[in-house]
Amino acid sequence: MTREQVASGATVAPVLAARGLTKRFGGVTALDCLDLEVAPGEILGLIGPNGSGKTTFFNVVTGIYGPDAGNVTFGGREITNAAPQAVYHAGISRTFQRSRLSLPLSIFDNIMIGNHKRLNQSVWFNLMRRRAFKAEFAASFEEAKVLVKVFDPPLANRMLEAVAGLPMIDRRRIEICRALISRPNLLLLDEPSAGMTHDETSQLMNDILEVRGRIEGLTIIIVEHEMGVIERITDRCVVLNFGRKIAEGSFAAIAADRKVQEAYLGLR
Amino acid sequence: MAPQQMKAVESILPGAVALALATVYLIVLLRVENQTTILILLAIGIATVVAANWLGWLTPVGRSFGEREDVLGLLSIVAAIVVAGYFHGDHFVLLLLCTVLLYTVATLGLNLQFGYAGVLNFAGASFFGIGAYTAAVLNQHTAIPHLIVLLIGGLVAALIGCLLLLPVLRTRGHYAAVVTIAFALLFKTFLEVNDVLGGPQGLQVRSMNVLGWSFNNNIGIGSLQLSFYASYFVTSLLILIGGFTLVRRLERSWIGLNLDALRLDETAARCFGLNIVRWKVTAFLLGNFLIGIAGTLQGMVVGFVQPNSYTFADSLIFVSILLLGGIGNPWGVVVATLIVVIVPEKLQAIQEYRFLLYAALVMVVLLFRPEGLLPRPVRSYFPGWRS
Repeated sequence: MTREQVASGATVAPVLAARGLTKRFGGVTALDCLDLEVAPGEILGLIGPNGSGKTTFFNVVTGIYGPDAGNVTFGGREITNAAPQAVYHAGISRTFQRSRLSLPLSIFDNIMIGNHKRLNQSVWFNLMRRRAFKAEFAASFEEAKVLVKVFDPPLANRMLEAVAGLPMIDRRRIEICRALISRPNLLLLDEPSAGMTHDETSQLMNDILEVRGRIEGLTIIIVEHEMGVIERITDRCVVLNFGRKIAEGSFAAIAADRKVQEAYLGLR
Repeated sequence: MAPQQMKAVESILPGAVALALATVYLIVLLRVENQTTILILLAIGIATVVAANWLGWLTPVGRSFGEREDVLGLLSIVAAIVVAGYFHGDHFVLLLLCTVLLYTVATLGLNLQFGYAGVLNFAGASFFGIGAYTAAVLNQHTAIPHLIVLLIGGLVAALIGCLLLLPVLRTRGHYAAVVTIAFALLFKTFLEVNDVLGGPQGLQVRSMNVLGWSFNNNIGIGSLQLSFYASYFVTSLLILIGGFTLVRRLERSWIGLNLDALRLDETAARCFGLNIVRWKVTAFLLGNFLIGIAGTLQGMVVGFVQPNSYTFADSLIFVSILLLGGIGNPWGVVVATLIVVIVPEKLQAIQEYRFLLYAALVMVVLLFRPEGLLPRPVRSYFPGWRS
């Protein structure tokens, strides 16, 4: 779906739809009756001040937390109280705000963790059918290498090195590769630019757009604080404050919105 | 020689040389009886390793074991047979070697649980003992072939391990460890008060008998007299080869990756579809199975079982072997078992203070080499594989 189609308001069944989603932590309402829809192929920016419920939204969608009220559907199927495993198998994968790679493992290993559902997990296959395993291993290795090459060609020659020795930008790239290798329908990016310089962020966004072009029908929700990024890559934005949606629309529209300015800058 | 062959030899050579030196050293150490000489030998051994490490000579050795594990694994089997062959008539040394092999198997099982899945098990000796008691009971009261008893011993250990599954799955880290400690203490008390299983005196274990061939007879081939422990040595070696291969293949597969993933970050693992329960249970049961098999054979080797042989302190020996060798590295387990089992046996002066030695050793290792003597390298699924 292109920007024009979104703007013209063409109605397509949403990939992800949340209705009345509510999550409380003790006295804090992290998500307050949130309605949110994402159209197929869209890049949706999810923005808002710290603590406005963006990451909580991701955690509820991916099943890390169960919501207190409301429901979530993905491709028309109910995933409201699904376990994280089921959400992943349904076709949603994510990155984490604070990098959650397994540092002692190699680049390849980390990416393969994301490829879980496409690898043969039978004990017999893994232990006894080593020849077949080797074929699957070699094919997966090539695939992972091709993916890494999009982000950083030199890195593709270091696939069996530990992640611990890599700089932040490479770790982010690998985390995104881990999320993409299983060819998800929906990718949730939680502040991919955190801890990176302006140029690195810009580079990373180019790479994400490039990869999206290669995976048909990939929808992305991105949480981001850098407004330049949001302006450049999103089709539409949703602004949260105190767990509520306070604005929705193109970046230009929400940037001009008074409520958004108040939430960010405290204007009265 | 073709250049390719040259390269193959070059990559094997450092490992093979180190292995040969270690074999000779081990034979000399096992041979010598004089306590002062043993002390000097141990000092020389430590000094050599430290110096070689300092000079960077151990790097090529490590690399060749990493790249040509197939060949060097076979050479290690040959080395083990050479050592046993040299002491073919010596009951004491062969028994010691059997102990080394079987402790290695048990610690490999522990390695699956703790090193890969991150499930602490402080009841290793209990599961070892379950195997041994299974051997005692089955060999006495049934006519089940003893090779099958070995398997049953492993299965019984895994089955009884199921009792611990729920607490292990529901608790994490230290709490799970405490549950296994409780199990170890309960197990010993249970044996002591249970008259059917011989109470504190324990039980005799009938020796192994395979296809009518009793393992309790010395073997005479022409004029060559072999200790009866030689048969046990061969059986132990075969079990170790099997166990080592199993652990190695498991590590170098998606299962090994799953276990690492859930150990390092359970939440992230769940977000990528990992069934935490399935893999923790697999690792825990498989680990106990290995420990159980080793224990079953050990019971038959020693010939009797008693509660005092399978205490919490013995479980700590397994854990200290794992820490000393390098968590997650099967080769580290082999080296560490050799040290932990043989040194106190040879140095009679410290036998009384064995546990003091283990404690000191573990502390020194954790201080100066926290990842163990042989730290686990990054996984390479097929050593020497190039894309």
